[in-house]
Amino acid sequence: MDMRTQKLVIVLSFVGLWQVVALGVHTRFLPGPFEVTKTLVELMATGELVVHSVVSLSRVVAGFFLAVGIGLPLGIVMGWSRKMENFSVIVEVLRPIPPLAWIPLAMIWFGIGFQSKVFIIFIGAFFPILSNSFLGVRETEPYMIEAGRVLGATDNEILQKIVIPNSFPSILEGLRIGLGIAWMCLVAAELTGLKSPLGLGYMIMEARDLGRADVVIAGMITIGVIGYIMNLILRWAERKLVRWKSDRA
Amino acid sequence: MIALEKVSKSIGDLKILENVSFSVSKGEFLCMVGPSGCGKTTLLKCIAGLRSYEGEIFIEGVKSEGINQKIGFVFQEFSLFPFRTVKGNIGFGMEIQKRRNENREKTIRDLLDLIRLQQFENAYPHELSGGMQKKVAIARALATDPEILLMDEPFLMLDAQTRNMLQKELLRIWQKTCKTVVFVTHDVDEAVFLADRIMVLTKRPARIKAEFPVDLERKRDRSSPEFVSIRKEILRELEVEYVE
Repeated sequence: MDMRTQKLVIVLSFVGLWQVVALGVHTRFLPGPFEVTKTLVELMATGELVVHSVVSLSRVVAGFFLAVGIGLPLGIVMGWSRKMENFSVIVEVLRPIPPLAWIPLAMIWFGIGFQSKVFIIFIGAFFPILSNSFLGVRETEPYMIEAGRVLGATDNEILQKIVIPNSFPSILEGLRIGLGIAWMCLVAAELTGLKSPLGLGYMIMEARDLGRADVVIAGMITIGVIGYIMNLILRWAERKLVRWKSDRA
Repeated sequence: MIALEKVSKSIGDLKILENVSFSVSKGEFLCMVGPSGCGKTTLLKCIAGLRSYEGEIFIEGVKSEGINQKIGFVFQEFSLFPFRTVKGNIGFGMEIQKRRNENREKTIRDLLDLIRLQQFENAYPHELSGGMQKKVAIARALATDPEILLMDEPFLMLDAQTRNMLQKELLRIWQKTCKTVVFVTHDVDEAVFLADRIMVLTKRPARIKAEFPVDLERKRDRSSPEFVSIRKEILRELEVEYVE
């Protein structure tokens, strides 16, 4: 059996198990796979699911790019400059705070609108992006830098032409992890309330109020699949962009 | 070509180099041997301007300060830029010097011919064997046309066959390019095979302990009695350094 068939078998067994359990439980608690599929198709047909997904994605994209815009340069500077490195004390204290613990503060500062969601996503994506670019730069071998120096490169040229390209794999990995966390944070942030009644998290919460477990599960599956696809795309991009690394061949 | 006058270096209380003075003439192949950790690498890096030091170093009669464009350096480590192709690595120094594109291309081609890796110009370092990577590192150091090539145990991390092959290649390149070479190693066999002159360093802090001219004809035979006898003499000098 090849890998693909094995994976398929695993997925099918999981769905089968779900079906078996669902048969023994009231659909109010656990609707079966067929029911959920039906709901998914309906939600797609009405366009509802697409709208919620697009709204959610737009929030993620905004927060994610904000995190890249601030976290990436900051990580590089902290990795490159001995003085800035000391800022990592602050980072090390802030990092273990779960993004969701920022929600109350986000609500106080930004209310429950777009901005507060973007802020939560920003927090979630920021730290992996920052620490991966920091580590990438910091872990550049000293002889690599000296090799540039003996060839006459200035500090700036060493940073631009050696250190940053060399940290690129680590930076990209940070982006991928950051995006994954951002996606998880978003849905959680949407669960806490929204001004506009849109977004996958909102859809799930509303379904809960209506006692529609099938819509809840359909929403959860959508979140999982979108996250999975985003991860796949970034992995593919990593492979395309970092062809020079042996362990990614 | 190169002259060191009372070069010393310490880090904190640790003395690494102590009053090292010597000179190297143009086109000479000088090998420095010494016990591991004696400060050979530091000495080379001082000459290259990568380390600070006390004393004076003159390159072509001019006091050298900082990085010197007349010096090329080959590192002990596999130091090629992994994100650049062979071509990109060799071209790096010329890019920094903002050399014209056509000139750059030509120099790269000539160097690829010299190291006989023409068909690998677009390969990345991880696609090359260790020996090939070392040859590219030599080409990268030669690309800006320095007068002097400093080599810090460049063949350390290679197997014996590859080492022997690269030693022969290096001699061929040296004879063709007429560079002045300072080559650091702790392998006496390698030193006797390569050098016009061998300097033996003491253990840390490094001082010059002895000097041996190697007046053997080129295409040296490692098993000839003359080769073996020089080798023996140097080993005897070194042995004393290892016995405390």
